[in-house]
Amino acid sequence: MQIQPILAALRRHRLATALIALEIALACAVLCNACFIIAQRVSAMHIVSGADEAALASVQLTGYDSAQAADVDARALAALRAVPGVESVSPINSIPFGSRRGTAGISTDAAGEHFGGVIEFYVGGPGSLEALGAKVVAGRAPQPDDFRAFTGFMPDGGSVQITRALAEHLWPGADPLGKEFWSLKSHYRVVGVLKDLVRPDPTGWTPEQRQWSVFLPAQPGPYLTGSYLLRANPGDMPRVMRDALAAVAKAVPEVVIDREASQSVSDLRHDVFKNDRVMAAMLVGVIFAMLMVTALGIVGLASFWVQQRRRQIGIRRAIGATRRDILHYFQTENFLIVGGGIALGMVLAFALNLVLMKHYELPRLPLYYLPVAALALWVLGQLAVLGPALRAAAVPPVVATRSV
Amino acid sequence: MFTYYLDLALRSLKRNRMLTALMVLAIAVGIGASMTTLTVTHLLSGDPLPGRSQHIFYPQVDASPAGYSKSGPLDMLDYRSAVDLWSAHRADRQALMAGSEVKVRAPDTTLPPLMVPMLATTSDFFAMFQVPFQYGTAWTAADAASRARVAVISSDLNDRLFGGADSVGKTLRLKDSDVRIVGVMKKWRPSPLFYDVRAGRFAEGQTSSFYGKPEDVFMPFFSGLDVNDGNFWQFTCWGSVPRPGHLQDAPCVWVGLWVQLDDAAKVADYRAFIANYAQQQKQLGRFATTQTRMPGLMEWLVFNHVVPSDVKLQTWLAFAFLAICLFNMIGLLLAKFLRRSSEIGVRRALGASRGAVFAQCLVEAGMVGLVGGIGGWLLTLLGLWLVRRQPVEYADLAHLDPGMFGLTFALAVAASLLAGLLPALRASRIAPALQLKTL
Repeated sequence: MQIQPILAALRRHRLATALIALEIALACAVLCNACFIIAQRVSAMHIVSGADEAALASVQLTGYDSAQAADVDARALAALRAVPGVESVSPINSIPFGSRRGTAGISTDAAGEHFGGVIEFYVGGPGSLEALGAKVVAGRAPQPDDFRAFTGFMPDGGSVQITRALAEHLWPGADPLGKEFWSLKSHYRVVGVLKDLVRPDPTGWTPEQRQWSVFLPAQPGPYLTGSYLLRANPGDMPRVMRDALAAVAKAVPEVVIDREASQSVSDLRHDVFKNDRVMAAMLVGVIFAMLMVTALGIVGLASFWVQQRRRQIGIRRAIGATRRDILHYFQTENFLIVGGGIALGMVLAFALNLVLMKHYELPRLPLYYLPVAALALWVLGQLAVLGPALRAAAVPPVVATRSV
Repeated sequence: MFTYYLDLALRSLKRNRMLTALMVLAIAVGIGASMTTLTVTHLLSGDPLPGRSQHIFYPQVDASPAGYSKSGPLDMLDYRSAVDLWSAHRADRQALMAGSEVKVRAPDTTLPPLMVPMLATTSDFFAMFQVPFQYGTAWTAADAASRARVAVISSDLNDRLFGGADSVGKTLRLKDSDVRIVGVMKKWRPSPLFYDVRAGRFAEGQTSSFYGKPEDVFMPFFSGLDVNDGNFWQFTCWGSVPRPGHLQDAPCVWVGLWVQLDDAAKVADYRAFIANYAQQQKQLGRFATTQTRMPGLMEWLVFNHVVPSDVKLQTWLAFAFLAICLFNMIGLLLAKFLRRSSEIGVRRALGASRGAVFAQCLVEAGMVGLVGGIGGWLLTLLGLWLVRRQPVEYADLAHLDPGMFGLTFALAVAASLLAGLLPALRASRIAPALQLKTL
């Protein structure tokens, strides 16, 4: 296939060619960045929680006083533990993807000079870390005398397990075991490292901060009631939850069950990422509509060119060009125009990415998006031009002999 | 002449239905996508108190220890500063507010107890924010002074508990106290819920929660603190809280103060007043810094980046998409006009001026825009319907108002005229002789 005559013909249609190429370029820029945003959202949705989500559920009770707390707690725990299929029930203040009650700033010195960031304290009673299923990768899990009294906003310090991500943030490269940190004058010592433990509200934090959690062992007390982590066989979870909530409603009728927060952890995870799902769906919609419009534009312009060149096609056919030659001519022409658009589009994609990086904290666009988007647009262009090109190939040589 | 052009345009559009349909579709899809997102952005970035927001301010002083809040005062006030500023009565209107969840039972009904959000606030709240009432009125200053157990409830709660009937005078059991309903609000949906906006700059753009509904129960500030003691939320604390939920003497900020200042002199006076207050408190040793801030309502919303970043991103994307649709349309119009070169050549030869050809082409482009606008309007309605079905706080706000309805068509016609400019110019430059020769 000779490219020279095609280029010569395109030079006669500079404006239309430029328009299609610009359209492709914009589509390429939007396609790359929209796909990248979708990929970001999807990977955020699949964040590792560090907990056995499928086997866990949250039960949240409110609407009682701290004076009633011990009594409510005893009755609720008894009722929950009696539900068939419940493996364990442990009091814990925060739940992955659920209630958030332990967000606090910390410092790595007693005077509070070296701010360490805002982290999540999972304050849990005996058995709760095991129930969560968070893996201890260094140091030790809490021992019975680590569980301290919990009478105020937070237990007054203690021995804690922190996540790898938080350890790396606070003491990069150093062994975190035995290190100390402070929060509101309480003093904490790191005795164990957890593989992962996600914050309850990961979407409100930067990717780096999403795993900044600490497990703080505490004795159940008036301020560690009404929030329970329930463990059951994953397959049995819907039934267990239904029975558990009914049992609590019967055992402590005077309290209010927070139904929205009392769900399985898998359902809670689903809710947490609703905004990201909406955004991803919207982007998929925009990409689809954009590709459709682009394809229709190519179809429209190619049809026009075919019609405009009917006589020339006829002449070429009359002097020996095969149908295949004509088909290839239009396909090559489209390939060249789309190729030009893609070349410009790659630059535009990077420019758009820079703007998004500045305003929306998006990371840099990985390079492999560009060839993939280029391929997609080339395929789209070829599909769009196929119909008009086939029509061109069907033009009979006799057209050359007719005047109009 | 214009009607003649309209007739010509109609004929031309009918002649090539396929190309016309493609153009209408392109403009409709582009307008539909951009108007859907633009409507959402418009609804989310609007003024929640039109005509009054310029008089509403949110004063802040800082009672936190040195170095605790490096970037200006914290977003809320500690109890003592808030009550001091409020009881000085230096503003035209002023309202303290503190949020909590309260357990509600209606003794006259068999409904199980509910937890609903409650705002403890002072009586100016309703007048200052022009809250509409369905039944009854706000409580009086005398009620507030005597710490009367009275409440105003939202129309939602009234619907849930009393089926929408006039419930003024009925009793609600809030936590452990009997409270008399004195007023039921009409449906009131400020967007955003400006008086509860705070900490937006730390939210990583996830600010859709600012567009939630107002609280269901409103109580006089001090009675509210008594009734729901132990359940109040702190914004942040710099020391441990002896009794969580009881914050009057805790080292925490948790009270908001909104003031209405009717003219510039009063605004300046109030700024001086809070600056003096901070100075005086520092001398007394209670404050470590004298930093203060008093943003106006709209300024405060901007400061908190209220429009969720996803919504802004969607708007940009939609406009990039509209641009693609426009390029597409330019190409198609060019094809359409140039295909009629011979016809235009004849018209020119018969005496039509370049301007006349240009005008005729633009009329045709405008007509495509108008038809595309109808399609775009329908697609916008579809888009907004989809937004309303999303699980986001502002979903119920997504409706097309008359202004945006008009803008849909204006944008469609303007976009198509813009797209038509270049092809029309090309068409008007067609040399008549060349075209006639080929006939």
